Amino acid sequence: MDPALNIVIVDENPVRAAILADGLREAGYTRVTRIEETTSLLARIYSLDPDVILIDLENPSRDVLAQMFQVSRVVKRPIAMFVDQADTAAIEAAVDAGVSAYIVDGLKKERIKGILDLCISRFNAFARLTSELERAQNALSERKVIDRAKGILMKVKNVSEADAYAMLRKTAMNENKKIAEVAQSVITAAELLK
Amino acid sequence: MSGDSLRIGFIPLTDAAALVVAADKGFAAKQGLSLDLVREVSWSNVRDKLNIGLFDAAHLLAPVAIASSLGIGHIKMPLLVPFVLGADGNAITVSPALHSALTLAAQGGDITDAKVSAQALARVVAERRKRGADPLTFGMTFPFSSHNYLLRFWIAAGGVDPDEDVRLVVLPPSYMVDSLSSRQVDGFCVGAPWNSVAVELGIGHILHFGSDIFAQAPEKVLAVRAAWSANRDEVLKRLVSALNDAADFINDPANLRELVTLLAAPDRIAVAPEIIERTFKGRLRIAPGETFRTDPDYMLIGRKGAARPEPADAAWLYAQMVRWNQAPWSPDLLAAAKACFRPDLYDLALGTNAKSSATAEHIRAFAGPQFDADDIAGYLAALKTAPKGRQ
Repeated sequence: MDPALNIVIVDENPVRAAILADGLREAGYTRVTRIEETTSLLARIYSLDPDVILIDLENPSRDVLAQMFQVSRVVKRPIAMFVDQADTAAIEAAVDAGVSAYIVDGLKKERIKGILDLCISRFNAFARLTSELERAQNALSERKVIDRAKGILMKVKNVSEADAYAMLRKTAMNENKKIAEVAQSVITAAELLK
Repeated sequence: MSGDSLRIGFIPLTDAAALVVAADKGFAAKQGLSLDLVREVSWSNVRDKLNIGLFDAAHLLAPVAIASSLGIGHIKMPLLVPFVLGADGNAITVSPALHSALTLAAQGGDITDAKVSAQALARVVAERRKRGADPLTFGMTFPFSSHNYLLRFWIAAGGVDPDEDVRLVVLPPSYMVDSLSSRQVDGFCVGAPWNSVAVELGIGHILHFGSDIFAQAPEKVLAVRAAWSANRDEVLKRLVSALNDAADFINDPANLRELVTLLAAPDRIAVAPEIIERTFKGRLRIAPGETFRTDPDYMLIGRKGAARPEPADAAWLYAQMVRWNQAPWSPDLLAAAKACFRPDLYDLALGTNAKSSATAEHIRAFAGPQFDADDIAGYLAALKTAPKGRQ
């Protein structure tokens, strides 16, 4: 662990960037900056002069960073990709997680191994979180559809809520469908018959 | 024939057309292949995912395939090119202000002639330096790209040093237009459709087609890992055949409407059909208003032998890397660059023979010494000593 390292995060997703920045600070890295704007990215990076750059793979600006490998007048401090030839496992894990790391040339890889591991685990955690959130939202909207269908059945068939639900469930089982699908058909039919 | 499935990364650009048509028009299926085309947002992603085996093959900038094989600028990963997906197809677009400045500096000369515009550029650069203005800035897509070499070749032809006298910056193609309108750049070199988009918005003039600077230059290639290809001769053969059939389909004018519809699909190139159509016709609006220019060879997909990977062209690209200090000069690196382009794999698949090599058209530059793949040192020396501004 090396709290003095200056770390820049380039990520257009504010939530994921915050999760990563928090993780790095918890681990003791105090110099963490996030760049949101991708216009003049190189100029921003030079003014921050980082030791480590972390960028998400959905960001088209990754190619801008490729310029920093070049030796030229524009580039002040050459940057290298984190991984070296022997380290294919690390690059695979990073690409799988959707993140890429760049370090200032000459910086010992051991010094940032922990940062990359943390980055990968936070990116993976974020991906899990996103898919869980999606599932939760789907469940919520299914719940709403089922409630509406129950209301329609209670009114039209003059049955109790429990009976309305039982009707939906039975039909779903008979037709080998999800309850939410049957509920949606009920709503569609009711709209048509209005 | 077994049903082999290949995962292929691509960037949504018109020169990915042969891949899209092979996948979506049944040419791959006819060869017993199922192509899973994966859209990517950066060349770095395409390269890395090809390197680590997430992709079996990729739509790649020709110079990236060579740089990767040589281990320049990134991890060394030997790649092979059995098929060139497209040649040319780029343009240099400049801001209206720079366009006027160049016209004025040409002193009555015709700036649609690249030799004239290169010299006009030298005068504009000198004049800006004299009055202490910021150096001109040009955008290009990647350090290892024809866009970078094309801009540099043109800039240097007028005696301007691309590293000292102007600034060259990498920008993702989709950011080019914004950067021109916000005046972060004075011009850029990029493929379709971004030049046309700038012209449509009235913020850019297409100064040159890429083919004005380099004709017949390999632009994007189909690349596979050398190690992956080792025991997949049969699959490669079928893939090359499918791409060749796709190129034939693309080049039949009767198919233009269908081609454009296939390419405009949301998971493919996802650009307005009219703009894609213009690229294939080589008819581009070059200035705000009704100023069009047509060059049927604006972009070559399979035509004029453009699909056959010529080692001499790989040597030419390597020479550009050496010229601009991206790569050291060595006979071993030259040999490795040439070995990356594999006409034998192309010929094997299509039953063509060595004769096509003798008649092949190679890259032609608008200025500078004659290129000789067997004497790159001589070529580079001639470029250095050529009288500036008068090559």
